Amino acid sequence: MNGEALGWWGVPLAILGGAIRAGTPYLFVSLGECLTEKSGRINLGLEGNLVLGAMSAYAVSYLSGSPWLGVLAAGGTGMLLGLLHAWLCSFPKVNDIAVGIALMLFGIGVAFFFGKPYIQPAAPHLPALGFGDWSASAQVRAALEINVLFLIGLGTAPLLGWFLANTRWGLMVRTVGDSRNAAEALGFPVNRVRAAATVAGGFLAGVGGAFLSLYYPGSWNEGLSSGQGLIAVALVVFARWQPMRCLYASLLFGGAGALGPALQSVGITGGYYLFNAAPYVLTLLLMAATCSPERTLSGIPGELSVTK
Amino acid sequence: MKVAEAWLCSFFRRGRQEWLAFLFISFAMAAPLHAEEAVVGFLYVGSKADYGYNQAHAQGAAAVKAMPGVKVIEEENVPETIAVQNSMESMINLDGAKLIFPTSFGYYDPHVLTVAPQYPGTTFLHAGGLYQEGKHPANAGSYFGYIDEAQYIAGIVAGGTSKTGKLGFIAAKPIPQVLRNINSFTLGAQSVNPKITTQVIFTGDWALPVKEAEAANSLIDQGIDVITMHVDSPKVIIEICERRGIYSSGYHADQSELAPKGYLTGAEWNWPKVYTDFVKLLQEGKPFPHLLRGGLKEGIVKNSKYGPAVSAKTIELAEAAKAKFMAGEMVIYKGELKDNKGKVVIPAGQSLPQTDIKLESMDYLVAGVIGSTGS
Repeated sequence: MNGEALGWWGVPLAILGGAIRAGTPYLFVSLGECLTEKSGRINLGLEGNLVLGAMSAYAVSYLSGSPWLGVLAAGGTGMLLGLLHAWLCSFPKVNDIAVGIALMLFGIGVAFFFGKPYIQPAAPHLPALGFGDWSASAQVRAALEINVLFLIGLGTAPLLGWFLANTRWGLMVRTVGDSRNAAEALGFPVNRVRAAATVAGGFLAGVGGAFLSLYYPGSWNEGLSSGQGLIAVALVVFARWQPMRCLYASLLFGGAGALGPALQSVGITGGYYLFNAAPYVLTLLLMAATCSPERTLSGIPGELSVTK
Repeated sequence: MKVAEAWLCSFFRRGRQEWLAFLFISFAMAAPLHAEEAVVGFLYVGSKADYGYNQAHAQGAAAVKAMPGVKVIEEENVPETIAVQNSMESMINLDGAKLIFPTSFGYYDPHVLTVAPQYPGTTFLHAGGLYQEGKHPANAGSYFGYIDEAQYIAGIVAGGTSKTGKLGFIAAKPIPQVLRNINSFTLGAQSVNPKITTQVIFTGDWALPVKEAEAANSLIDQGIDVITMHVDSPKVIIEICERRGIYSSGYHADQSELAPKGYLTGAEWNWPKVYTDFVKLLQEGKPFPHLLRGGLKEGIVKNSKYGPAVSAKTIELAEAAKAKFMAGEMVIYKGELKDNKGKVVIPAGQSLPQTDIKLESMDYLVAGVIGSTGS
């Protein structure tokens, strides 16, 4: 039982806690999308991966009793959806954006169909590490209760950045993403590289879904994602296709989302619709501040169908 | 997405009409075989296993299913759009439904009002209490419960159990029904401990699990030790309260199994009674009430059983208030009542019984509630 109130300190604490808790699904989906887009393809269907991942993680965790099996199942279904996207897009003249939208609806539909019996039962959750155990305050301990998946995401971001910038495979992905002709001249298997990037991206998005249903908010229902997968796809543009910036952007969005409830809890009661819109206002401002009429978006892969 | 949906809808509708014509004929021929079995249809806006609004209605449907001579058909996740008209029509034309319960508030106007006049042989009973005598079709009806009476009892239990004297209320939108629940909950708690406060957080919509979770965490960080809510599915909030070791009070349906330690009580609908009563009336061919309203006394709402954390003394207080409701002597809203800005909303000497129309347009939060009705 928490004895004392935090007062205004609750707001920064809620933003910190929110950044970590609510930011994690954004992080996984945006990292996955970043990798896919670096290879020159847009997968708009990651919302479907997220929802289907959330459902399959919850179902498998409930049936097997092991939340980690659930995470694997979520990654697996994400890979399947990624594979489907890659396979469809490997045919000539197939639009990856249209395929993505179709797969998003497909993923959500499949998740709702198979998810019916799992809305009610309570599945075992993923464990969290108490990074705030040094603190005497129950509130700080709660905010710093960090899930292992967040730490994995935290590690994946620099790793993915290093992979893209410094490895041979990373170079291959970037080349395929920047110019199909150059990649083909170098003898790179364009479709196979893109397929691998899409499947790996789908895996990450599925794991993001597992976080939603197995940790925070921690149950499966049909309104669970409410568009977070779509926002995460947009975050990649905001992050200029750099994994580390995806991490910052995800934390920013997670934290900004906690602003509305936190301000109301300390008595700032007006304008909560406005505060709830804070992440989007922030995006607009940052985009406006960093755009330039003189050049195209820096860092954008040349093969993306939006730029062609 | 919307474009694709619209296209799919128009495609299926065209197909469906042709099919309907064919099936209608074949079913009309088969109809006499099932003459004695009445088909009752239920439509839900979400999943019927949501531990919340829809589950409460589905429990009512389950009770109807158990009645002899009744066949129940159900459809979940029906949005409050033209989709609900299509679903109702197919229940009538394909399944021969004689009674339909469209259970979401937004199904009534314009959807029930459009379909009901075309099918005079079917009765439409809507949850929301929107029926207007003389203006709306005679085969339609609407019912609603004063669930704030159950919230008042839950408030007594919360007030008697809270150690910090601070309660939390997570609500979707500041509409009159929601404000009435917040105020009744607070007045109930204040009847035990006049100093008690209720901190309100509006999330902005009926089902936003992540925002509801953030709201619960923020309230708990502020030292609040009992949380209740008015959202469609309270599962996430109740689970977080239990995990962080505070008390919770449920809404819509019984959530006690989600929080075996911290669940105090909850304000629940009692749809099994309402629905079986309606079906009985229609089976006997008797006229049914077009506008049915009531609270604890009429058995339309009820409280969950008390959790292990509630003291015997608190239960006594709650039961005493419940007895007054059952006897029809209890008035929640009476003067002098001030709102949380210090304005007198009900002058001294005046009392508003539950049926008073003034309560339907409530736009204030009573003194002791921290929050505002503006958006």
